[in-house]
Amino acid sequence: MATVTLSAVTKSYAGNAVIHGIDCAIEDGEFVVIVGPSGCGKSTLLRMVAGLEAITGGTIAIGGRVVNRVEPKDRDIAMVFQNYALYPHMTVFQNMAYGLKIRGLGRDEIRARVDKAAEILQLGALLERTPRQLSGGQRQRVAMGRAIVREPQVFLFDEPLSNLDAKLRVQMRVEIKRLQQRLGTTSIYVTHDQTEAMTLADRLIVLNGGVAEQIGRPIELYERPASLFVAGFIGSPAMNFLDGVVGEGGGVTLAGGTPLAPLPHGAPVGAAVTVGIRPEHLVPTAEGEAAAHLHVEMVELLGADTIVYGSLGEGGPSLLLRLNGIAEIAAGARLPLGFPVEQLHLFDKTSGRRL
Amino acid sequence: MESRSGRLAWLPHLILVAGLALVGFPIYVTFVGSTMTTPDILSGRMSLIPGGHFVENYLAALTQGMPQLSGVPVARLMANSLVMALSIALGKMLISFLSAYAIVFFRFPGRMVCFWMIFLTLMLPVEVRIVPTFQVTANLGLIDTYGGLAIPLIASATATLLFRQFFLTIPDELIEAARLDGAGPLRFLVDVLLPLSRTNLAALFVILFVYGWNQYLWPLLVTNTASMTTLVVGIKSMLTVDANTPWHLVMAMAILAMVPPAAVVLLMQRWFVKGLVDSEK
Repeated sequence: MATVTLSAVTKSYAGNAVIHGIDCAIEDGEFVVIVGPSGCGKSTLLRMVAGLEAITGGTIAIGGRVVNRVEPKDRDIAMVFQNYALYPHMTVFQNMAYGLKIRGLGRDEIRARVDKAAEILQLGALLERTPRQLSGGQRQRVAMGRAIVREPQVFLFDEPLSNLDAKLRVQMRVEIKRLQQRLGTTSIYVTHDQTEAMTLADRLIVLNGGVAEQIGRPIELYERPASLFVAGFIGSPAMNFLDGVVGEGGGVTLAGGTPLAPLPHGAPVGAAVTVGIRPEHLVPTAEGEAAAHLHVEMVELLGADTIVYGSLGEGGPSLLLRLNGIAEIAAGARLPLGFPVEQLHLFDKTSGRRL
Repeated sequence: MESRSGRLAWLPHLILVAGLALVGFPIYVTFVGSTMTTPDILSGRMSLIPGGHFVENYLAALTQGMPQLSGVPVARLMANSLVMALSIALGKMLISFLSAYAIVFFRFPGRMVCFWMIFLTLMLPVEVRIVPTFQVTANLGLIDTYGGLAIPLIASATATLLFRQFFLTIPDELIEAARLDGAGPLRFLVDVLLPLSRTNLAALFVILFVYGWNQYLWPLLVTNTASMTTLVVGIKSMLTVDANTPWHLVMAMAILAMVPPAAVVLLMQRWFVKGLVDSEK
């Protein structure tokens, strides 16, 4: 078990900066998820912790020891790769035992550790098979077993579930979480899937273009996104964004001319803002109390939820609405909507920062 | 194809049988000749049924000193051929495996220069460089030695390129996983790369063994004494201009020269096909 401390970590390839100074202190036993769109540098960051990429600037410390110049094998970490990276010619047992064998552990000790990991991951019956005889989910488990037997200070996961089908992904997600809680090992997990990120993380790092947009608990990010990017990335379906202007007395008026109830913010009069509201926070109201009307274009009935696609007035900005349960709404209907003040997010239109 | 039925079913078989007969008949005649006496062969009406001198002829060829070969028996020539073919095959595999490993997995100055130099040698056929190669070999005192027979033929651009292509298909993550497991370059080579390459190695061995065994021009140049020459060269030496050529023994030698490469191909057929068809990843 160990802490992982990133201080002003930067990375550039031939002068092109891809990671712009990340600071993050990961506590002992914490599960941190790095999430972001593809190309945001999240895998690069993880690989720098692993020692597979050189660190251009700043320091990375594992358990208080700066590891910038330490070989991957000596960092006391274990990594699970996206394509599993199992040795194709070795059996499951040999795959898990290989690292221990190189470390010079005794035969009995190796056997004991592999058996223990196999039991945790329910791989006992598969130990003599080769990877090609396993299904995707089983290979994934072997890859995790290979990490567990090392008893490392830190687990690193590089999009480990993205090669699995949707159902298996949910199942393995739960297994990973359970495993991490059981072992209590500090873990860093990279994904582009915001659901995985929200469900697994103790803390989230949202990365965009090599910059940490926000670091915090998943619920914090959901409730108080620090920027437009985080607001749009966390939550599914994504948050609605509407243009607005700060009027006299601080009240915000939407682009279509809809005035919103006054809400606290520090923006000056006349400033262009972006108003964000999550689809699940928009509420249909009685005709008389409506702040605006949604022109319904399409309705998706998912059973547990109903997703309503529409626009704010005819030809206005498009808007998504998520209602609990089954709501019988016809396309073409005019739905009176309320904007609950406490659920509105206000962002500076130019900088994208929260106001 | 089992599903092919009807009147055309015999056609592919006919073509195959015709092809087989075309290739097989001369070999069969050689075999028949090797079981006869020279007067039988030269009588002008050679039978196509094997004669009764099989054991006698082969025993004579293998053990008797041949006057045309300064009294060296064919068994010695076979041993020479075997040593040369094995040295070339194994040497080529070793050298090209290691050079491909260096080119693919290591970053060192001049890496691409090395690669292109190896690549360029593909464009020089043996005949073009045979005179300078002979000069070097002679200066090194390797005339009439196994070293002289094998070493100049060991460097192989083709095999290096083949291994390079295979190594490039190995996913980066596998290399990184090995690094995290603590496997150094040598351990990775032995524990991961070598087992993964075995079908490629087997296929290459078959090709290179046959290549080495069938060499003619180079052994002809680099050996002067009959006891150091190879079977393929030996057959040619048996054909004298006067009428004294022992055709029955020449035929037996030709058959003997065909047996080892055929055996290697047959024994390693399964691996050979596997190595050529899939890269077993």
